[in-house]
Amino acid sequence: MYRRWLWPGFAFPGVLWLVLLFVVPFYAVLGVALGTVDPILFQPVPIWNPLEWNVGWLTEVINRLAPGGIWFDVGIRTVVYVALSLALCLLIGYPVAYYTARHAGRWKGLILILIILPLWISYMMRMLAWVNLLQANGYVNRFLMFTHVLSQPRDWLGGSASTVVFALVYGYIPYLILPLFASLDRIDRSHLEAARDLGASPWSAFRNVTLPLSKTGILGGAVLITLPMFGDYYTPNIVSSSPRTSMIGNQIDLYFHGGPQPTIGAALTIVLAAFLTLLMLYYMRSIHRAQRAVGAVGAL
Amino acid sequence: MTTVAEPRPTARPSAFARTRGWLRNPWGKPRFLVVFTWAYILWSIVPVLIAVQFSFNATRSRTVWDSFSTRWYWGDPVDSVWHDPSLRHALVQSFKLAGADVLIAVPLGVLLALGLARWHGRGSGTSNFIMLFPLVTPEIVMGVSLLLVFTHIFTLVHTGTLAQILGHITFSISFVVVIVRGRLFSIGRQYEEAAADLGASPIVALTRVLLPLLMPAIVASAAVVFAISADDFVISAWLSSGGSTDTVPIQIYAATRAAPLPSTNAIATIMMVSTLLIVTLGFLVWRFFTSGERRAGKATEDIGGAFNLT
Repeated sequence: MYRRWLWPGFAFPGVLWLVLLFVVPFYAVLGVALGTVDPILFQPVPIWNPLEWNVGWLTEVINRLAPGGIWFDVGIRTVVYVALSLALCLLIGYPVAYYTARHAGRWKGLILILIILPLWISYMMRMLAWVNLLQANGYVNRFLMFTHVLSQPRDWLGGSASTVVFALVYGYIPYLILPLFASLDRIDRSHLEAARDLGASPWSAFRNVTLPLSKTGILGGAVLITLPMFGDYYTPNIVSSSPRTSMIGNQIDLYFHGGPQPTIGAALTIVLAAFLTLLMLYYMRSIHRAQRAVGAVGAL
Repeated sequence: MTTVAEPRPTARPSAFARTRGWLRNPWGKPRFLVVFTWAYILWSIVPVLIAVQFSFNATRSRTVWDSFSTRWYWGDPVDSVWHDPSLRHALVQSFKLAGADVLIAVPLGVLLALGLARWHGRGSGTSNFIMLFPLVTPEIVMGVSLLLVFTHIFTLVHTGTLAQILGHITFSISFVVVIVRGRLFSIGRQYEEAAADLGASPIVALTRVLLPLLMPAIVASAAVVFAISADDFVISAWLSSGGSTDTVPIQIYAATRAAPLPSTNAIATIMMVSTLLIVTLGFLVWRFFTSGERRAGKATEDIGGAFNLT
């Protein structure tokens, strides 16, 4: 008898933990977001019964995010920042992963360790490093003035969108390179040789063989970095702290830590989570398709 | 791999022609990629090294180098890491959270991984699904939900150290499961089945056969859990109850937004060195345990396996 319950019994404590501290907390957000607010104390009054839920705050948040609403710009800015950062991460990360997987030879182990190294260095430490470098009299300004690119120091940290995108790229790129490397490393070299033997130019061999075969890595890495980037608020805060570069995450942070209404913050969290779930489902479908395509090539 | 010699051009070709030359020869060394990759590595690591350098600066500046000093570690009677209580507390708090996280999340995750890998009955699919979610949930969503659950449902747990520990364990469990399960799949079932054929009960097969084989994954996941706990900013910050429960990342964040001293660099350096030491130690132990099963490309396969979420 105990054999039947052995394995579920092993899983039980972990599953219970995740139900209590991951699933129930999410329900708490729903309860607060769809609850009411005490008219005197301005404290949220959660409603736990789904039949009595009040969608007022949720529609309020959606209206604010819609065109013409006060958060429309923030929403667009968040999408633009994340899209730009993802594009730059891919542009920088793909050649690095490609070289490491394909051509690094005996340096492969060392390069791999150096690429993984930033993952073990605290994100805040890496941001602090750039805040130091980007100060008015920091190394970056001094270098750019020395080479006469700038005639006077530039204020990098005073609300510049390019600094925020740069910081996002710097912060998240190691998480993209690893899955990219893993997918490129798995590609069988004979597929490429076959393509070249059949007369493909190096470029067309890359475009028609390597690129499609690494698609799962591109998509996997993209999921891994876009989902947390959409929820990021600390990066723009550290390198700019100006409302001109504020993202959706900053609005959530403000409504909990500055503003009087956690209810609105909770409703915005629900909207963000719903958006990210849709995004993830889209990614998963694309990954599934790419995997099937890879399977077809592998079968050849 | 055979390298085909590049044709020697007679006249010095233009930069464009040379770039084309590299692309033309796919089996030769693509020099552009060599330069690009090493430039990327320098770009990703040198800023951190400069930050470490300034933690040893003798003046209050983090941008102009003066001379070497350990002033910001213990020399300065007011602002050094050793003498500033807020910095010292932050260091202790970070280690406390990471230690508790490793002690609780690793056993829970190992059990969960074993359970999910071997249990195929009703509810196993749902459990697997729930396990994967914390890996893809943005930290801010998790921070908001934990804050609200501790202020509205589990009100006995106030924000503070206990809430922070519970939060850290919640986001760490899934990492342990993914690492340990990867190892379980690569071990296969044959060792356990051999033990069962020789008369071992499932518990004996588990403790005498499976657990020793899982040791490398357990050690690796302990190092990873320590690193992600020490690195975490969002969950710690949302569940912090003020100054005494601030961790090192919270201190760095707060100081960077105000007017930081090199002591901020110093505390960040201490945390970084500790994490790197623990990760290196974990890696060495992992190598020790797997030294008998070494084969080419194993490490890269493990990396590939760990990222294969779907």
